[in-house]
Amino acid sequence: MRRFLVSGMLVILCFVLQTTFFKGIAFSGIVPNLMIILTASFGFMRGERTGIAFGFFCGLLSDIFFGSVIGLNAMIYMYIGYANGKFNRIFFPEDIKLPMALILVSDLVYGLAYYVILFLMRKRFHFTYYFVHVILPEMVYTIFITLLLYPISLWINKKLEDMERRSARKFV
Amino acid sequence: MSPIIKRKGEKFTLPGKYLLFILTILCTGLIVLTFNTNLISAPISAVGGFIIVPLQDGVSKAGSWLGRRSQELVQIRSLLEENEKLKAQIDELTMENISLQQDRYELTNLRELYDLDVQYDEYEKVGARIIAKDSGNWFHSFMIDKGYEDGLMIDMNVMAGSGLVGRIIDVGPNWSKVMSIIDDNSNTSGMVLSTSDILVVSGNLELYAQGVIGFEKLVDSGDRVVEGDKIVTSNVSDKYLPGILIGYISAINVDANNLTKSGQVTPAVDFEHLEEVLIITQMKQSIDEETSIGEN
Repeated sequence: MRRFLVSGMLVILCFVLQTTFFKGIAFSGIVPNLMIILTASFGFMRGERTGIAFGFFCGLLSDIFFGSVIGLNAMIYMYIGYANGKFNRIFFPEDIKLPMALILVSDLVYGLAYYVILFLMRKRFHFTYYFVHVILPEMVYTIFITLLLYPISLWINKKLEDMERRSARKFV
Repeated sequence: MSPIIKRKGEKFTLPGKYLLFILTILCTGLIVLTFNTNLISAPISAVGGFIIVPLQDGVSKAGSWLGRRSQELVQIRSLLEENEKLKAQIDELTMENISLQQDRYELTNLRELYDLDVQYDEYEKVGARIIAKDSGNWFHSFMIDKGYEDGLMIDMNVMAGSGLVGRIIDVGPNWSKVMSIIDDNSNTSGMVLSTSDILVVSGNLELYAQGVIGFEKLVDSGDRVVEGDKIVTSNVSDKYLPGILIGYISAINVDANNLTKSGQVTPAVDFEHLEEVLIITQMKQSIDEETSIGEN
């Protein structure tokens, strides 16, 4: 229950920051993708099901407020969360390389999927332009923010696990 | 740890694969439903607006404050230079203004004579503040802090300064979503003011990096449209009120079919630094439909 509440607050906080604060300080109009950091990191920290849940709610939130249809972002984020969950078995909290690589690839996949579904389908064929001017800067900015946000989510996850372990011991 | 509890916990968990499968079906259903109908968006957006909007309202103030401070530092030097130039310009303009005011006085008289009282400075407007922008980097829609409780409705036109910003595509109780004309999937029916030729102004992410948007389907067989011409919203548009300034033509090309022309428009509104917008509470349809007049 506590985990559920904390996760919900984290998702909402990241969404609000992304749509307001980071839009205010955006470099050349590009904002980092906090939701992908959240989805991916909880995916590989906690496993597939948490990844799916985080992805679904992050995507749903951006769909409700900014999507042309509801469910599209939710689906993309959900699959990304699920795929990251597959790496849960080889994940160690001490190792920073795997998380960074996973988040980078996740953002790339998100950018590509979004381009194919919403731009390529409308005859916007100029892929290199979109790659260089939207996808790539977003990836760079996102990975930079990851350096700040990932330790925080790691810490939150650790605290939650500690608490759960303690209450489970008390229960026994 | 005792194995009993673990087994108990595992008994109720659904494997990731099945969860993914179920949610995929749910998402597909939602996509189909929202693509074709408008049923579901109202309740969901009402709930979202209740929690998220107050937060965004506060945080966006902080964000734009920081953004403004950092810009100020960068711009101080260029602003000083600009200030000098502008002061000189003010003198010129004051002179011009006086003569224009005389013209205007004449114009109002003439307009009264012709009974042309539907000009856009007479549309009823309400102001609103932008509280959040699109979470991604692909589109240019944004949210404002007023909704149907303030009398706003879907398809109302949004302006900033003297130019067209876009229209409302979604309303919640205390927020609305605005799709701007520079949005990649927006198409606006426009008209060249000087020659009354109809064209379609369409937003384009790629062109907007250069500060312009595209237009197409201009039939101008007489070659009378030139660069610098004003483009306003057209009379035949079903969403936009006529005569609102969209921008100025910055380039014209003849299409491959040799019949139509396309090119680029510089928008009249500075979309990068929008903070407040004006919503025209009059709707295009309200001219002949009684139902929406009551809402004003």
